[in-house]
Amino acid sequence: MGSGSGSILRAENLHLWRSERQVLKGVDLTVRAGELLQLTGVNGAGKTTLLRALCGLNHVEEGRVFWNEQDVREDREGFHAALIYLGHEPPLKPDLSGVENLRFWTGIRRPVSPAAIRAALITLGAGEFATRPVRTLSAGQRRRVALAGLLLAAVPLWLLDEPTTNLDSAGQELVASLLDAHLSSGGLAIAAVHHGLHVEPARLRELHLTA
Amino acid sequence: MTPPDSLPTTPPLLAARLVIERDLLLAFRRPEQLLHPLAFFMLVTTLFVLSESSERTVLRGIAPGVLWVGALLAALLALDFLFRDDAQDGTLEQYALSGQSLTWLLLGKTSSHWLLTGVPLSVMAPLMAYTLGVPASASVGIMLTVALGSLALSFIGSIGAALTLGARRGGVLLAILILPLAAPILIFGSRATELAIRGEAYVAPMELLGAIVVLSFTLAPLAAAAAVRISLE
Repeated sequence: MGSGSGSILRAENLHLWRSERQVLKGVDLTVRAGELLQLTGVNGAGKTTLLRALCGLNHVEEGRVFWNEQDVREDREGFHAALIYLGHEPPLKPDLSGVENLRFWTGIRRPVSPAAIRAALITLGAGEFATRPVRTLSAGQRRRVALAGLLLAAVPLWLLDEPTTNLDSAGQELVASLLDAHLSSGGLAIAAVHHGLHVEPARLRELHLTA
Repeated sequence: MTPPDSLPTTPPLLAARLVIERDLLLAFRRPEQLLHPLAFFMLVTTLFVLSESSERTVLRGIAPGVLWVGALLAALLALDFLFRDDAQDGTLEQYALSGQSLTWLLLGKTSSHWLLTGVPLSVMAPLMAYTLGVPASASVGIMLTVALGSLALSFIGSIGAALTLGARRGGVLLAILILPLAAPILIFGSRATELAIRGEAYVAPMELLGAIVVLSFTLAPLAAAAAVRISLE
């Protein structure tokens, strides 16, 4: 599992505009090792934008993000190597199988063995359909394949956008247990959610965004 | 607990190789996208054969220009797809957030694009030349010049393809951006082909073409990486 012995992510006064509309209005947040920060708020409140701003895909007009008290702009690649971002849509190629997708996707980050890929897929309950083209999988099955990428990346910081979308109740339980394991091994996570994730309450914190 | 920096990361060259491998595998699963530029190239040259006088000397005279304009437009057609699929399914975002140098990954991406379009085009160019009345003895020269020219075009074009990612209907915009930059490739390329057809030494224009390749190979991925980061927003 990924771990970040005492890692800390801190954001200060993030402001972001979309043409005339201010999406992020001075967001401050701190997440420490072992904590999950849930981002809540109505549609359009800026949950996805905040996630993307934290990892640097969206550029903020003002404010700074610190990883282990170092401004992330000073070592962008080092920060990216410590995080994984999973957006709305699983970043999978429809014409490749789950195994192939994970081999390329996570292999670019760090060497992964075929055995590790299989093990991660089995943990996610995706072992049966791992060799079928992703195109033929249901949305929930795709989500499971994508979540296996979290295990393989083995990074301390998870940024998840609606990680339980399309999952059945067993799948939602699975996500919660993955998060629990990640947090207890010293990982951090930020997740944009509509329905609360059932992780240990002591690890859970919430940031409510208003539109 | 292991600190994250103790985990081995993939070296940049290996990461670029994985990108190439993925693109080749995808192209193998979906071959039709490969065939479109080739069919286009074939049609353009055939149109010249049909519309021009059937006199062999006339056709042979315009052959270098026809071949190069045809190959250039066909390669341009394929450039539009260079990053589009990856941008849509989130692969490009994952590249940008992989902790790897995006420049290296795009170098891989552009190389695979050349392998999949430039190489087939350069293999096909001598055949098309033959329909224009060019003797078969010029085949090797034509193949080499088109291969080198399309390599330069792939790299220069990658900047345009990255810049037009955010634009709706970026295809025409891409052509407007890239064709002026491709002019030197066209000039030296068609000159080299002309010399090859006449059976003369074509080393001098080839060297200039090589210089363009080196320049674009070293600078274009840097610029394309910057453009991709902007387009992801």
